[in-house]
Amino acid sequence: MTGEECIVEVKGLHTRFGSHVVHEDINLCVHHGEVLGLVGGSGSGKTVLMRQMLGLDAPAAGEVRICGLPLRSHNPGELRQIRTRCGVLFQKGALFSALNVYDNIALPMRELRTLDEDMIRRLVMVKLKMVEIEPKHVNKMPAELSGGMIKRIALARAMALDPELLFLDEPTAGLDPELSDAFVQLIQTIRRETTLTIVMATHDLDTLVALSDRIAVLADQHIVALGSLRDVLHTDHPFITNFFHGDRGKRVLENNLDNL
Amino acid sequence: MQEDQDINPIVLRRETGDDGAPRLVLSGRCTLTSLGGRMRSLSAELAGYAADPVLQWDITEIAQMDDVGAVLLWRAWGERRPAHLLLRPEQERLLDRLQTPPGPPPPARDWLWPVKVLGRGAFLLWEHLLSLLILSGQLLLDALYLVGHPQRIPWREISANLYRTGAQALGITALVGFLIGIVLSYLSSRQLQTLGADIFIINILGVSIIRELGPVLAAILVAGRSGSSMTAQLGVMRVTEELDALTVMGIPHSLRLVLPKVLALGIAMPLVVLWTSATALIGGMVVAEIQLGLGHQFFFRKLADVVPVANLWLGLGKGVVCGMVIALISCHFGLRIKSNTESLGEGTTNSVVTSITVVIIIDAIFAVVFSNVGLK
Repeated sequence: MTGEECIVEVKGLHTRFGSHVVHEDINLCVHHGEVLGLVGGSGSGKTVLMRQMLGLDAPAAGEVRICGLPLRSHNPGELRQIRTRCGVLFQKGALFSALNVYDNIALPMRELRTLDEDMIRRLVMVKLKMVEIEPKHVNKMPAELSGGMIKRIALARAMALDPELLFLDEPTAGLDPELSDAFVQLIQTIRRETTLTIVMATHDLDTLVALSDRIAVLADQHIVALGSLRDVLHTDHPFITNFFHGDRGKRVLENNLDNL
Repeated sequence: MQEDQDINPIVLRRETGDDGAPRLVLSGRCTLTSLGGRMRSLSAELAGYAADPVLQWDITEIAQMDDVGAVLLWRAWGERRPAHLLLRPEQERLLDRLQTPPGPPPPARDWLWPVKVLGRGAFLLWEHLLSLLILSGQLLLDALYLVGHPQRIPWREISANLYRTGAQALGITALVGFLIGIVLSYLSSRQLQTLGADIFIINILGVSIIRELGPVLAAILVAGRSGSSMTAQLGVMRVTEELDALTVMGIPHSLRLVLPKVLALGIAMPLVVLWTSATALIGGMVVAEIQLGLGHQFFFRKLADVVPVANLWLGLGKGVVCGMVIALISCHFGLRIKSNTESLGEGTTNSVVTSITVVIIIDAIFAVVFSNVGLK
């Protein structure tokens, strides 16, 4: 498998809400094994684009292909194949509040109907160990967990079926800086251990700089810059200037000079 | 490219190594997607090989292995590495993660559960009664406070609630009332006809609808309709922290949210009862005219004679009491909702079930207390 192959391919995508145009002719290719950071101001439609990549919203025109399969396919077998290859970490975790931690992670495994309970138990424990959650928490309900733990468990659930492709929607939003650093480290560790392609929407510069191989900047209905952090920094656009060259941006970039 | 991977599942090859020892070479992909339905048969096959202690395992040719594959092998080996194992460094890491299999979730088995369930239920009932009492007391205090400060009366909220719980409920209560009137009149008229007591249809309809069916039907419909929406409204406000925002602004929940609802439903309910009874009587009257040939003018004149007006007051009184109790119970459950979705659904269900039950209890109490009022 070559690095240039697209695992997610967005072709000629348009989005409109009534007369309000959100995206105009978006083309994007996520390469195998990379981390693509998606940034943009609020209202620029990064969440909408993410939802379209997940097949939750339909674009007005254009299409999204995952591993070469059209996302809005009507073939249930193909769709299931796509779903088992993708894991999603929602912004607020989206843990099922009626199920405890163990059952939340076991749910996607049980849905496959090919794994026996003993296998599922072992796998759940492996996933929990991976996200550094102690086994004593398995019987807790999501309502009893802290924000950081919810994110970790949601990540374990997203990774339950060892997906090739992971979507992260604001992975560090709502976490304090220390927890957010720990979470970024966790994702880096997981990336080292498995071959994983990640698409991440975020507006946290620290997370973006720490994790992304390439960055796509959404502004004015288009992708105005796409490339490594260095390439993006050299693009002249008001949003990029604001976002990366503001006070906060400078500080983060100075701390990460060695990455550039 | 997909097809290449999927038709390439794990292959087991037994051969004899250079040193003459038996060797098992695994190749292909050992992942969840490629194993699919073969999991069980493969598991048994691997376990069979693992029983041989001198067998050498060579897994370096496995192209890709994920946690499922690793657990499959690990389980076949009996949770330890076989004596002779050839593997790649990244597989080493994968197996390392399995090395210390953490304990399973502790089996929670409690033989005292019937006692605990019963006890918890009793405490919960006590807690509900206590907090309902506190809420009622608080509402009384608020009402007294408003008497002293009339400019603070939340007119706008009261009027909004009147519209939502009263005016918007007219359609459904009219429909249900009319149909019940038709059913009741139709069934009774057939029975009365056989006895030649046609004229008593007016007594039956008059007393049963005005005194009993009108108020109970209206109360049950309103409990299901408005009660659930009140609980859900307060519950959503809890989930979105709006209740907390009101508290920090110094606006008490009971005064601004609960009292207007209780007052509004106390005012709207008797009117809805009147309306439901009227439509039910009209339904009954229509059938009486068709089935028994009783003209509606005669029906009206006779109705005033045979049904004492006390029955109407009793029905309206039930309406006031039921309305305020429904609002009180709905708000009580709404305020108890915790900020998660499960609690929201549970609270709404409990609220409606409790309101309807309490409405029927109130009806029974009225029936006993006023047993010698309004009946000839």
